[in-house]
Amino acid sequence: MKKITIDPITRLEGHGKIEIFLNDEGNCDRACLQIPELRGFEKFSEGRAAEEMPRITTMICGVCPTAHHMAATKALDDLWKVEPTTAAKKIRELMYNAFQAEDHILHFFFLGGPDFVVGPQAPAGERNILGVIAKAGMETGGKVIEMRKRMRNVLRIIGGKPVMPTCGLPGGVSKQISEDERKTIIEAGEYGVDFCKFALSLFDDIVLKNKEYVDLITGDVYSHRTYYMGLVDENNKVNFYDGQIRVVDPNGKEFAKFKVQNYLDHIREHVEPWTYVKFSYLKNVGWKGFVDGEESGVFRVAPLARLNASDGMATPLAQEAYDKMYETLGGKPVHSTLVFHWARLVEALYASERVLELAKDPEITSDDIVNLPTETPKEGIGVVEAPRGTLIHHYQTDDQGILTGVNLIVATQNNSAAINMSVEKAAKALIKKGEVPDGILNMIEMAFRAYDPCHACATHSLPGMMPLEVSVYDSGGSLVKKLVRD
Amino acid sequence: MAKPKVAFYWCASCGGCEETVIDLNEDILKVADAVDIVFWPVALDFKRKDIEALKDGEIAVSFINGSVRLEEQEEMVKLLRQKSGLVVAFGACAHLGGIPGLGNFWNRDAIFNRVYKEIPTVENPEGTVPQEKTKVDGGELTLPEFYDTVKTLDQTTDVDYYLPGCPPPPDLIMKAVDAILKGELPEKGAVLAPNKALCDTCPRAESKPDKLSIDEVKRPWQIKLDPEKCFLDQGVICLGPATRTGCGETCIRANQPCRGCFGPVDGVVDQGAKALSMVASILGLEGEENMTEEEVKKLIDGIADPAGTVYRFSLASSLLRRRRME
Repeated sequence: MKKITIDPITRLEGHGKIEIFLNDEGNCDRACLQIPELRGFEKFSEGRAAEEMPRITTMICGVCPTAHHMAATKALDDLWKVEPTTAAKKIRELMYNAFQAEDHILHFFFLGGPDFVVGPQAPAGERNILGVIAKAGMETGGKVIEMRKRMRNVLRIIGGKPVMPTCGLPGGVSKQISEDERKTIIEAGEYGVDFCKFALSLFDDIVLKNKEYVDLITGDVYSHRTYYMGLVDENNKVNFYDGQIRVVDPNGKEFAKFKVQNYLDHIREHVEPWTYVKFSYLKNVGWKGFVDGEESGVFRVAPLARLNASDGMATPLAQEAYDKMYETLGGKPVHSTLVFHWARLVEALYASERVLELAKDPEITSDDIVNLPTETPKEGIGVVEAPRGTLIHHYQTDDQGILTGVNLIVATQNNSAAINMSVEKAAKALIKKGEVPDGILNMIEMAFRAYDPCHACATHSLPGMMPLEVSVYDSGGSLVKKLVRD
Repeated sequence: MAKPKVAFYWCASCGGCEETVIDLNEDILKVADAVDIVFWPVALDFKRKDIEALKDGEIAVSFINGSVRLEEQEEMVKLLRQKSGLVVAFGACAHLGGIPGLGNFWNRDAIFNRVYKEIPTVENPEGTVPQEKTKVDGGELTLPEFYDTVKTLDQTTDVDYYLPGCPPPPDLIMKAVDAILKGELPEKGAVLAPNKALCDTCPRAESKPDKLSIDEVKRPWQIKLDPEKCFLDQGVICLGPATRTGCGETCIRANQPCRGCFGPVDGVVDQGAKALSMVASILGLEGEENMTEEEVKKLIDGIADPAGTVYRFSLASSLLRRRRME
């Protein structure tokens, strides 16, 4: 038995490592992505005042605090059975889409996209934002920074600060948008739409016109036939802020559609002793291990999953981009993991268009921003689509609104089984008879970076700069080969 | 002249302190120009052995964020201390324990039982919980130990300065970097933010009456929050009087009360105790002598989750530190 360890070594034990076990023939038997991190929010939130949750759960993730903030705020609406004012809903949705747009763009240009823009076979040291600028031009780099800056300014206007927003209340939001601020938001939305159109044309030029990349995208190594989950509106169009949760099977057929309040009828979590992360699966299919197909309850979330689980986008330009993606790839659903990157750009365009639509709505500056709760709280459940997938907050309280039970179904855990499978599949394809090619570092890294998983430095470090170390041990435990990514 | 060497490191944290560094936007290039970054696990490929190879004190300054929860974090922090002239606790978690410090209301077993067994979606009839060592088909997988208690950075090693906030705002980061580069540093142990209470710089300061009195505590959802009036004057608990300023009053400007992420001003050991005495001093100040015991109790009971409110960010750094272990 050989054991291979891929550990983002400078992160030490902090966040994520991959262990690969070989069988006696020297082929990959099993791969495990371990998440050695836990903070226990579900427990230490007990005893807190429920209304503080939008300001506590933001600290689960400083990269996507707005997602937790909004899921928590919506759980409070449900807890107190209070309907937000229409202006408040629009303000929240606007803020939320600004966040999706900037987060997706950050990921595409800084984290995942360099694999394509610079090239999957390019030296690791060039596959980063600097490599993107070198290939696409300095002007592109400037645009990326400007896009992020403008969208984060929208978050600042509405939520106080982009890292750790504070505006959510049961029944609404705390702050009204001024007419001047609205103008700034409209400009940000216009910039965002133009930028995302540009990003899609860049993807077209650099990726789609290159056969090698297209083969990689559509190849079997990165493909899994799984169920897909995402929030949809009343027309089954993708919606990040609200709607029903829709699940399609590996053939693209609707398997379930439900309100988040019924999530317990549909979602379960599996525990493994070797990692702190739990694995979500569909209750009505069941946990069959780390396998794909219709018989396995493993499902996927996040950009491609949302597009697969929907009938389209609710804005015109994004709908065009959506159609083009599926036409190019031969119809729905698409199972190729690397297409998450493309779907991410389609979604960023939708988010920008939605920011603009909402900012142009005169009601957005209304002072009618909150309905005060009058009911006695007991239980509340809220959902949003985080950039990395469906995110559910579930609270139980006493009649004073003090938390007695908290459950969080976090986006990345919904993908965690599939991420393990993708890593294992890449390892199985590349490791034969004990031969461990150097390229395995890139390929495995690409497999899990497509999901943009939020549990690891490994995935929030700059690609190509992520230190990886692979050690191969023989059955006696002695080191026979060591690969280091510098 | 050689550029000063700088290291960044994160312990148990959420990545928000990294995001705030990216939010420096163009300024980040100025910083990168002026210093030589020798260690930054999130972005650059330097290894522990590179740090070990440096001479003691060779790194000019290490910025360390996150609270300390794993043995390996503790070792790394101590190594960086040895190799660095200055150590700066970066952000509320390193400074005060932060939100993860609320874990000190509980312990490891309570957290594991909830997360892996009790939660309604968990299907775990065998009661599996993560193990430090797991046998898998003849191999072995290891996980780091999860400690019962969250610690601040200065409970782990000697700290020279503190950059407060969740997260620290970009302007304070730039000021601190400037001061370090110019060697214009305050006394050791200083918090690199103004030594004033948030109330002193609050945009609502003028609406704060000279003599505050709360006759009924209001939770933020119980009233329509006035966007201009002092929160305490509205009956809403705000940690402004017990909290250092320098944050740009971002939460107040979004019409939400302060929750204390900057910690206390100089000389205050326990932010929560300070906040509690502040609240006690203004509750029912007017007409206190005429209140029945029941009325007083009702007034006090109006404060939801007092411990989790006054110690929101500072439980791990408080005199209590944690709930007593049974």
